Amino acid sequence: MSATITSQTGARYAGVLGIGSYRPRRVVPNAEILEHIDSSDEWIQTRSGIKERRWASEDETVLMMSVNAAKDALEDSGIDPAQVGCVIVSTVTHLYQTPAIATRVAVEVGAPTAAAFDVSAACAGFCYGVALANDMIRGGSAKYVLAIGVERLSDLTDRTDRSTAFIFADGAGAAVVGPADEPGIGPVVWGSDGTQHEVISQKESWQEAAGSYNWPHLRMDGNPVFRWASFEMAKTAQQALDVAGVKAEDLDLFVPHQANMRITDAMRRTLKLPDHVKVARDIERQGNTSAASIPLAITAMREAGEAKSGDLALIIGFGAGLVYAAQVIRLP
Amino acid sequence: MASTEEIRSNLAEIVNEIAGIPVEDVQLDKSFTDDLDVDSLSMVEVVVAAEEKFDVKIPDDEVKNLKTVGDAVAFIERAQNG
Repeated sequence: MSATITSQTGARYAGVLGIGSYRPRRVVPNAEILEHIDSSDEWIQTRSGIKERRWASEDETVLMMSVNAAKDALEDSGIDPAQVGCVIVSTVTHLYQTPAIATRVAVEVGAPTAAAFDVSAACAGFCYGVALANDMIRGGSAKYVLAIGVERLSDLTDRTDRSTAFIFADGAGAAVVGPADEPGIGPVVWGSDGTQHEVISQKESWQEAAGSYNWPHLRMDGNPVFRWASFEMAKTAQQALDVAGVKAEDLDLFVPHQANMRITDAMRRTLKLPDHVKVARDIERQGNTSAASIPLAITAMREAGEAKSGDLALIIGFGAGLVYAAQVIRLP
Repeated sequence: MASTEEIRSNLAEIVNEIAGIPVEDVQLDKSFTDDLDVDSLSMVEVVVAAEEKFDVKIPDDEVKNLKTVGDAVAFIERAQNG
């Protein structure tokens, strides 16, 4: 008779214990974008809500921004970094196939032996990371998890593409997830639709780019993405509320991925959110930072006094894949 | 089956709700972009709302052909009858 395998379980509930972010220093106004595309400040603002964005300087690497956001989140949580059992970094702009950037982030934040890996879930990356962290803690594979979203999308932005040049931006955000006395993270509603893999994608593979002067860039087919995000994703957001047993009127905050202000407005209308629910509009000053946008928006709302500890927030990430994930969280 | 005028009037309400255009301005001869200032993203929203309201499918490829309110009303009429 062979031996039986001992199983384990973790904490009964998990919650977000700390949130942090890093914003690159350099502010890039629409005027600078307009040096390379035939458009106007008014057109950019009416189509996207973006007035300015942040682009990383040379020293503001994916690693540097990740570490700063993670340290900010750890400080917010009060958790000793040595207790972190896993570091998850969601990014599509760490331009090395291997190793994952998460291992170096783990060392730099003071969790040098934590499990560490990267996730490629584009603009849904932060919500994917939080979902994984929630399950790891309840499954017993880590006591505390750092879930980071980081991008330097300016590296993959075609400055001459008038449909995307003004959208993409850089930054990092992070959450510390750990055990909680009551559920702090609702069940995730997530999924993908690979039949639409081409509507947002990297134009050329690295292999195609090698040996040519075509540095790969991101491309996006705006109208189908807008349609999917504004309407299908509103349904996903509603499902996340339903499975968490939270009604729209119970919410304090709605923090969708900061893709485009028009998508945020359309989702808000479709969800029929009551007026007291504060809606994240960080895109106006920060642009679209993919996996980093949700934690960046939450920290901005905290700094503006719009978000406070204990608030219930509906978060939803959606993007290239297509992939999506939504959950209700209670803010630390 | 809804009459042309009923469809136009329901569509006008949708355009009003999404783009804030007065319902009386949404007439058959009006161009969505040139006369009513409905941009491409608002047009997507109008199309989705119209699909729901009139129980029809308006494919993405078709949207670019719907230049005037009359084009949209005619498409919806055909789709409902088809």
